Amino acid sequence: MAEAPFGLLAELTHRCPLQCGYCSNPLELVRRDAELSTEDWRRVFDQARSLGCLQIHLSGGEPLLRPDLPSLVEHANSLGCYVNLVTSGVGLSRERLHSLASLGVDHVQLSLQDATRAGNDRIAGIKAFDRKVEAASFVLDEGLPLTVNTVLHRQNLDNIAGIIAMAEQMGAERLELANTQYYGWALRNRAVLLPTREQLAVADPIVAAAQERLRGRMEIVYVIADYHEAHPKPCMYGWGARQLTVAPNGDVLPCPAATVISSLQIENVRDSSLHDIWHHSPSFNAFRGFEWMRDPCRSCPRKEIDFGGCRCQAFQLTGDAAATDPVCSLSPERSTVDLILETEMAPAEVPAMAMRKMR
Amino acid sequence: MTVVALDAVPRIRRGVKCTYDQIRSAHVVLFPEGVLVLNETAASVVALCDGVRSIGDIAVVLADSYDGVEPSDVAELVARMVERRVVDVDG
Ligand code: SF4
Ligand code: SF4
Repeated sequence: MAEAPFGLLAELTHRCPLQCGYCSNPLELVRRDAELSTEDWRRVFDQARSLGCLQIHLSGGEPLLRPDLPSLVEHANSLGCYVNLVTSGVGLSRERLHSLASLGVDHVQLSLQDATRAGNDRIAGIKAFDRKVEAASFVLDEGLPLTVNTVLHRQNLDNIAGIIAMAEQMGAERLELANTQYYGWALRNRAVLLPTREQLAVADPIVAAAQERLRGRMEIVYVIADYHEAHPKPCMYGWGARQLTVAPNGDVLPCPAATVISSLQIENVRDSSLHDIWHHSPSFNAFRGFEWMRDPCRSCPRKEIDFGGCRCQAFQLTGDAAATDPVCSLSPERSTVDLILETEMAPAEVPAMAMRKMR
Repeated sequence: MTVVALDAVPRIRRGVKCTYDQIRSAHVVLFPEGVLVLNETAASVVALCDGVRSIGDIAVVLADSYDGVEPSDVAELVARMVERRVVDVDG
């Protein structure tokens, strides 16, 4: 039997006041009337806890748009879980945060799109910068730990030093700098988002120096731009190993982006228990362990480190979810990625960013 | 490698929760980046990281319930907890 999961990523809604063109939510966003009810979510939390989850990440879209957020926080906390609120900061007043904290939020993760007001608001598609700065100060005053996370891409990578300084000013204990991963909206906007080699060559040492300088004060987690690397980034701790995601409509996903693998048969909490889905569903078992691998991964020592890379990326770029992640230099399909880099890193004509919207 | 002095005073970091998981029958530490499952000794050490006791004090307390606890073992364990950002040390 698979080991129990540690975390539940609860995507309470896909609705979001922001319109980031790299959003990891699927292109086909779940509409409000298809969202799980409060009762459904409470049941999901109960089942997640009995399955072994100790962390509940309340995410979205923007979780603050769910009017039942306080009762969900309270419920997650009553189960003994660590409650992480993942927010854009838009809609987080001092009073609201205070009440959520007293109900059991343990940690706040705040997104920041860029170092400056103009840059941030251009990417977010709305005026959000000032409210994020405010939200960070509320979190600090409340005495909660704060993680700032910024998705990196061609439009903001040159401002990396400013982003780090901004997170310091906001009082973050952690800063996640994650280069864009190309699924969903980001895949659609790849030609606007793919950074150039020169940008990365400048940014990487700035991040490394900041990691050193801020050691012990602000931890910086850096997620590499995998298209530019010789090896893929590791898939979490492996497929269906540590965490599960429940989408706003109750779909249960082995990885937040898993809906892109259209060949995967996705289960829903309305039909089965999390326990059955985690242990017995074809989707969670599809890429567990190493048995499903073919060469070059199967005989590669790095499989223990990267688990053959990303299944979603393999599916999107090769049409086969069990293929070696094509960003790997050992993949027979690496040329697909090289071609994308060549044509999209500095396209002759840069397309407009498709802003995230519900259809 | 983090090295922790014997007179250092460790304290559980803000935002870190220590609890007992009935499902795994184990002590666990919960923090923003993850979950740590602790064995019994580690759990007793972490529980004593109160921002008042030094590493040496903790070793003395533990010597009551465990045989052969050396301050250097406590220091080593705390150092690992510092690296995982579960514990901070002053001084
Ligand atoms: S990435 Fe942007 S649009 Fe997507 S959920 Fe986060 S804040 Fe909203
Ligand atoms: S061949 Fe597979 S396991 Fe080896 S480095 Fe490439 S993706 Fe990882």
